[in-house]
Amino acid sequence: MNNIILSLKNLTVSIKDKKILNSINLDLEKGKIYAIMGPNGCGKSTLANAILGHPSYEIHEESKIVFNQKDINKLTTDKRVNEGLFLTFQTPLALTGVSIFELLKQAQPNKELHKISEEVHNYAKELKVNEELLFRSLNQNASGGERKKLELLQAAVLKPKLIIFDEIDTGVDVDALKDIASFMNKYQKDTTYVIITHYNRILKHVNPDKVIVLENGKITRQGKANLAIEIEDKGYGNN
Amino acid sequence: MPTSPKLDVQQLHISPVSYDYKYQTPKGLNEKIVAQISAKKEEPTWMTDFRLKAYQIFRNKKLPTWGADLTDIDFENITYYLSSTDNIARTWDDVPDNIKKTYDTLGIPQAEKDYLSGVSAQFESEIVYEGIKKDLEKQGIVFLDTGTALKKYPQIFKEHFAKVIPPGDNTFAALNSAVWSGGSFIYIPKGVHVKLPLQAFFLINAKNVGQFERTLIVADEGSFVHYVEGCTAPTYSTSSLHAAVVEVFVKKNARVRYTTIQNWSKNVYNLTTKRAWVEENGIMEWVDANIGSKVTMKYPACILAGEGAKGQILSLAYANGSQHQDTGAKMTHLAPNTSSQIISKSISKSGGHCSYRGLVSVSPKAKNSSVHVSCDALLLDEDSRSDTYPVMKINQKDTTVQHEATVEKIGEEKLFYMASRGIKKSEAESMLVNGFIDPIVKEIPLEYAIEMNRLINLEMEGSVG
Repeated sequence: MNNIILSLKNLTVSIKDKKILNSINLDLEKGKIYAIMGPNGCGKSTLANAILGHPSYEIHEESKIVFNQKDINKLTTDKRVNEGLFLTFQTPLALTGVSIFELLKQAQPNKELHKISEEVHNYAKELKVNEELLFRSLNQNASGGERKKLELLQAAVLKPKLIIFDEIDTGVDVDALKDIASFMNKYQKDTTYVIITHYNRILKHVNPDKVIVLENGKITRQGKANLAIEIEDKGYGNN
Repeated sequence: MPTSPKLDVQQLHISPVSYDYKYQTPKGLNEKIVAQISAKKEEPTWMTDFRLKAYQIFRNKKLPTWGADLTDIDFENITYYLSSTDNIARTWDDVPDNIKKTYDTLGIPQAEKDYLSGVSAQFESEIVYEGIKKDLEKQGIVFLDTGTALKKYPQIFKEHFAKVIPPGDNTFAALNSAVWSGGSFIYIPKGVHVKLPLQAFFLINAKNVGQFERTLIVADEGSFVHYVEGCTAPTYSTSSLHAAVVEVFVKKNARVRYTTIQNWSKNVYNLTTKRAWVEENGIMEWVDANIGSKVTMKYPACILAGEGAKGQILSLAYANGSQHQDTGAKMTHLAPNTSSQIISKSISKSGGHCSYRGLVSVSPKAKNSSVHVSCDALLLDEDSRSDTYPVMKINQKDTTVQHEATVEKIGEEKLFYMASRGIKKSEAESMLVNGFIDPIVKEIPLEYAIEMNRLINLEMEGSVG
C-alpha cells in the first residue's frame, strides 16, 4: 500500500547479545498519529533507536525497516534522517560550543542561514522558548522542558516525514506540556507522529489514531485512543 | 629508525621548492661552529662570548626526561646555521622569486599583502624580507630582525637580551643562546599603541635545518602591541628541530599580546621557551595554539614582578596520531595584587597525546593575588590520551585560587544525536571540536582564526570510521 510511510518487518533487536525487541511487525501510515506505550524497560526507546540506526544496536538479519518504500536498514543514521526521519530525544545532550543555528545550518547546507534563523526565531516564540537560549550552546544549562521544546523546534525546521517523540512529556511541567502539545497539533499536517510515552498525559492533548502497547519486547495490544485511557486506569497489568 | 609520517601539508597542495643556500655551517655542533656563526654575523665580542658560554652550558645539560620523548633527536645530523640570502631584502621587490613562490604556494594570508610593510618574514635562518611601515617608524617603533637590532640598537638590546631567559634556564634555551639567528626584535616607545597586529611568518624548508630564532620584545611604559607569529612548513623526510627563545618585557602600564599559531610539519621537534617579565600594572597575554609538529614542549610564562601585574595564557593543543603536544603555562607571582589566568584546551585524536603542564607559584610577597586555572581536554576516541599535571605553589595565604579541569569525550551518544539531525560523523566531529576551541579561537585575529578552523577541519577530514 502506498499509504505506508514506515514498515517494520520481523524487527528483532539485541544489545550485547541480549534480545530487547522480538519480531516486531508494524505498518505506519502517512499523516497518522501513533502512541507507543509500555512499562519501563519494555523496549520503547530501543525501538526508536533501532529505527534511527544507533550503532550499538544489533538488528537481526531477517529484520526489515522500510521507510518511504526504501529499505533503510543498511543506511547510517544521518542518511536515514535525510530520507525524512526524525527523533526527539528523551534526554537531549548538551553540545558545547554549538548553537542551534549552527547545528541546523549543518543539517541543511542548502538552506540560507537567515531563512533558518527566521524560522528558529518564529518557532521559538510560539513555543515560548527564551531567545537568549538560542544563542548559547545547544541544551547547555537548559531545563528539561526547554530541552524538549528545542527538540520540537528542530523538528519543525527540518520538516521530516515522520517524527518519533521519545518521552517528550517527561520532565516537563503542565504549562510546557500544553505548549508542546498545541505546537505538535498545529504543525502535524501530513507528518506521521510516533509518540512514545509511559503515561496518558500527552495523549489527552494530542489525540492518537492508534495506540500500540509494547511489553517485554513484543507488541501485546493495539487499539484506539481509549486503550490509553484504559491503561491509565488499570495499569499495564500482568500478561 | 624514525619513519616519515604522511604530512598534511601535501593536502594543502604545497610542493617543496628548492633553494640555493648561500652559506651554511657543516652538520653538527662544536665551539668552532659557534664562533663561525658569530663571525659570519659580524657580532660584537660580548655576543661571541655569550654564545660560547651558552654552548658550554648546553654541553653540560641533559635532555629533559619528564616530558615528551626526545631521544630520537640526532644533534649531530643538524645544520645549525644557514643563510639563504646574504643581505636582508629592503623591499618586497628585492625578495628572491623562489621565496615569493613559496609564499604563493602556501597561500600566505591577504593580511601580508595589505600590511606588507609591517611584516617580518623569516626564511630559513635569516630574515629575507623586512619592511617597516612608515607610520610605525614615525612613532619610533622598532621592528627588525634580531641580528640587525643587535647592531643598530646595541644598548637596549644588551639591557634586555637573555635577561628573562638566561642560557642556563634549560637545555634548549642554552642551545638557542649558542646558535641563534633570525627572529624579531620589537621596541615600542612609551605610550605608543600599535593598532595593527605585527606579524611574522616562519618557514623551514631544508632537511634537518634547526631553526633557532630569537625574539625580543620590549614594550615601554604605557604602550601596547599585539604580535602574531604563524608557522607553516613544507615537507621533509627526516626530523627537524626548532628551538626558539622568546623574551618579552612589559613595562609599567604596558600591555603585550603574543599570538602563535604553530603548524610545523609532523616531523619537527618544537622545543621553545617563551617568557614575559611584567612590571607594575602591566598586562601580558599569550595566545598559544599548537596544531603541528611531531613533539612540542612549550610552556609560555609570565613573571608578575610589579604590583598589579596581570598575566593571561590561552593555550590550545591538537594532537593527531603520533603527535605529542606537551604544552601548558607558567605563572610566577612576585608582587602584591597580581592576577593570573590560564585557560588550556586540548584535543587528542587517533592515538594523539596531549599533556597539560602548569606551574603557578605565589611568593609570600604577592599579597592579595588571584589565580585562575582551567584546563579542558577533549578525547575523540579510545586510543587517544590526555594528561594533566597542574602544580600550584601558593606561599601566601591571602590568595584566591580557582582551579577547574574537565575531560570530555566525543562519545557515540553525541555523534548519534547529531546524526539524528542528518549530520554525518566527520562533520559532527569537526563541529564539536570547533565548538570546544571556540573560546580561544575568538581571541585570535580573524584571518588567522579562519586559517586555524580550516586546518582543524582538514585534520578532522582525515578521520576514518
